[in-house]
Amino acid sequence: MPVGLHAYLLVAAILFALGLVACMARRNAIGILIGIELIINAAIINFMAFWRFGGGVMDGEGGLVGPLFGVFLILLAACEAAVALAILLSLYFNFGTIEVDSIHQMQR
Amino acid sequence: MDPLVLKLAVLIFLLPLATFALMAIFHHRIPRHGDWLATTAIGVILAAAITIFVHAGMSDRNIQVNYVFDWLPLGVSNMVKGGILVDRLTAIMLVVVTLVSFLVHLFSVGYMKDDVRYGRYYCGLLLFTTSMLGLVLANNLVYLYIFWELVGLSSYLLIGHWFEKKSASDAAIKAFITTRLGDVGMFIGLMICYWKVGSLQYADLFAAVQNGLLSEPSGLWGFDWQTLAGLGIFFGAMGKSAQFPLHVWLPDAMEGPTPVSALIHAATMVAAGVYLTGRLLPFFSPDTLVFIAYIGGITALFAATIALVQDDIKKVLAYSTVSQLGYMIMALGVGGYVSGLFHLTTHAMFKACLFLGSGAVIHAMHHEQSMSQYGGLWKKMPFTALFYIMATLALCGFPGFSGFFSKDLILGDTLAYTMLHGHWFLVVAGFGTAFLTAFYMTRQVCLTFFGSPRNAHKYEHAHEVGWQMLTPLVILGTLSLVGGWGGWFEKYNEKRDGLTQIQEIAATGYQSPFVAAALAAAPAAATHEAAAAHEAGVGSETRPTAEAAAAGVHDEAHIIHVAHRTAMGLSIVLALSGIGFGLLMYWQRRSGKALLNPDALAKAARPVYVLLWNKYFFDEMYNAAFVETTHLAARFSARFDRLVIDGVVNFVGFFGKVMGFVIDILDRIIVDGLMVNGSAHAAGFAGNQLSWAQTGRVRQYLLLMVLGIIALSGVILVLVR
Amino acid sequence: MGNELINTAGQNWMGANLAFWLLTAVIVGSAAAAAFARHIVQAAYALFFTLLGVAGYYALLGSSFLAITQVVIYVGGILVLLMFGVLLTNRPLQAKETGELGRYVIAIVAGGLLLLGALVNIIFNTAWKVTAGPALPRPETEAIGRMLLSNYLLPLELAGMLLLLCLLGAAYLVRRQER
Repeated sequence: MPVGLHAYLLVAAILFALGLVACMARRNAIGILIGIELIINAAIINFMAFWRFGGGVMDGEGGLVGPLFGVFLILLAACEAAVALAILLSLYFNFGTIEVDSIHQMQR
Repeated sequence: MDPLVLKLAVLIFLLPLATFALMAIFHHRIPRHGDWLATTAIGVILAAAITIFVHAGMSDRNIQVNYVFDWLPLGVSNMVKGGILVDRLTAIMLVVVTLVSFLVHLFSVGYMKDDVRYGRYYCGLLLFTTSMLGLVLANNLVYLYIFWELVGLSSYLLIGHWFEKKSASDAAIKAFITTRLGDVGMFIGLMICYWKVGSLQYADLFAAVQNGLLSEPSGLWGFDWQTLAGLGIFFGAMGKSAQFPLHVWLPDAMEGPTPVSALIHAATMVAAGVYLTGRLLPFFSPDTLVFIAYIGGITALFAATIALVQDDIKKVLAYSTVSQLGYMIMALGVGGYVSGLFHLTTHAMFKACLFLGSGAVIHAMHHEQSMSQYGGLWKKMPFTALFYIMATLALCGFPGFSGFFSKDLILGDTLAYTMLHGHWFLVVAGFGTAFLTAFYMTRQVCLTFFGSPRNAHKYEHAHEVGWQMLTPLVILGTLSLVGGWGGWFEKYNEKRDGLTQIQEIAATGYQSPFVAAALAAAPAAATHEAAAAHEAGVGSETRPTAEAAAAGVHDEAHIIHVAHRTAMGLSIVLALSGIGFGLLMYWQRRSGKALLNPDALAKAARPVYVLLWNKYFFDEMYNAAFVETTHLAARFSARFDRLVIDGVVNFVGFFGKVMGFVIDILDRIIVDGLMVNGSAHAAGFAGNQLSWAQTGRVRQYLLLMVLGIIALSGVILVLVR
Repeated sequence: MGNELINTAGQNWMGANLAFWLLTAVIVGSAAAAAFARHIVQAAYALFFTLLGVAGYYALLGSSFLAITQVVIYVGGILVLLMFGVLLTNRPLQAKETGELGRYVIAIVAGGLLLLGALVNIIFNTAWKVTAGPALPRPETEAIGRMLLSNYLLPLELAGMLLLLCLLGAAYLVRRQER
């Protein structure tokens, strides 16, 4: 029996959970960024899986919605990474570190 | 399709573009900021343009190259095509543009010698020339529109070259915005064309006119789509060619360096509008053509009257340009394709000469532009004076000079048009302008070069200009003398087999009212031939024109012939009397007085003088119409706000006050006591208790958020199940 | 290459399954490394393999175009950007090198597991409308291009706008600040 929808969704869920854990656990801001990338990839896998196994037109013009959304998501990820890194650099200039635990001005 | 011409055409466009790109980046590193590079590049393409010109003249075909390629795919099935078109009109324009541009480049070497932004200036000139050449070489309206806007951009850069001067930067913005106003109309015209025809190639547009694709009524003022599109496109030409009422930018554009004025006025910017009108002549419907003719006539007369009283040497020339452009537009409007474009060509020569000459004068007089400070300069700069006077005579239409031939042709066409169709205003405007032109140009020459110096100090320091500045004057002055000899322009626009270009255009469905009546397919220029045949008693059956000619053609051709003869006589008389009148008023005799006193005249007709001196108050009118109305609307809104809105607000406020009093009592007891204080205390308590969570640590927030999501999704799962 | 893979995947599901499980092993393993690696550079390297594995998924799922896009943009662009970030902001000797993962690791992992459980619950308890799927698409790059320039032109333009704004925003954020 060929691998179906569930297997892909499961892997995506694992990836998502790992990404979230990375976001929460990492002290380095770049680690948080890595977690976000994992989450985005999980989302794209979901899009692709539902496109492949969800029925409907897949072929030709108008049918290639899955890859199209994938492309747009990758593009969003690129934007996000660029801005996030700019913010990190700015933080680094201002605080001398990008450890998120050390960057807080609201602590009482 | 001629491969040599195609290659040369591509070279003509790419070489200045590449030079521009190179200079834009490296002009700081190139010796002398690259002026020699720019001048050489333009010189090379001048040679190429002349080659094309000769080649096209020897060829039997009108269209040398019409190279079409796929340019921009739109959506799935639409393809916007680009292309290069070289025909006789293009060939003439190429020579005019490159020649004037080359001479301006050369002239600027001397004139701009110590400028702070010397390299940038040459970049601007190159961009200007490139855009104009692209505009001329385009075979479709999309390309034309692109280069049209580029011309606007580069004119903005060059007019505002001395942007430290407030007036210069203002003038640049004014030129940009005014022409942009016209371009809105042009864009609408383009949209209509693309919508109705599906292509913006000239050939497709002409074919569409012929097939009646554009003839259905638009529902707007009873015009058909062809008229609307034509008016829109002509609106763009009005902006660029400074036609009434969009002429206001051109005189202010004098704030730019004088060689730039020469370039703008003779070859590039303003010529673009006339070129467009000529190029699309077969596309315009009869209604549009009448509109065009009237706009041209109004502009010609109106600008000439302003030029009578101006004091700034460049302002006079600027209004004279507006006036002459009006001439060309009027000629095109009455169907005089050849006469209009002929005048464009000759005008380019003598107007460039006049501007460069005035530049030389200004240079010699240390950037003094007021004619009231000049006088007697011919002794100091005899060569400049000589060529300036030659160009002036050409502009006045003195017999034998180039302007005489082209202006005569225009006046003849206009007179013939009026004799056939009415519209007497056009004739009045044409001949009136001829007289006024001769008068104010004579005034200018007298004030500048003759009489006694009025500013002795500056006069002492004046000197003849160097060879870089004199050479262009010599060439252009000579061309303004010989530029109309032998009727070369008509002959050039005639094919070997006897069919003129306008007849060829007419074969594509061209239908001006003039043509429709006169020859069914051949307007004034073509009719010279028919008239000649008529006179010689040769049956015109042997000519291709005869096919279109009905029995009445001979009579109408006769009328046209008579009109041209009359026009010639009349224009000579008017030019000479204009010059004579000018001399009477401004030629200083030994006693230092002219025969007639212009000041007395100005005093006698004071209101007219004030009106003209202030350019019919057009700037003030626009200011009042656009700036002041905005202020007025703002004031009105403010008052409305104070009286009505504030009244309503106050009433609501009062009502609220009353209600408030009632509620206040209830409030104090129930709300304050129970709810507000109670909830405030509760919130304060909760906040205090929860404040440990606000640590400023991002990761903690995230963790809490995730826990919340998990809890929520758990609840949902339990509830849904 | 991708299309050969797809074609065999349509007929011979054994091979496709094998590929799937291999890729899954790579993805899950390296993602775990990316999440838990001690040093940030190691995490970034692990992310590299995750991204490659996901690209393999896309090829398996029938879009070689997206697979290539993933490799080119994600691996070639975003990851390199991340590496630059690491290089620019990491001090050679960090005082708190130990315990990169911070204090709440246990709570965090527990939270992650809980969330995963919830997701798995949803995945397996929802009646997805699953079909076997029609025949896998032919080379789809051209079709995607046409879609992007016809029905999806506006999103494409907006995406371009977004990219531009991000570029400007990023440049603005890292500009030289005057103090």
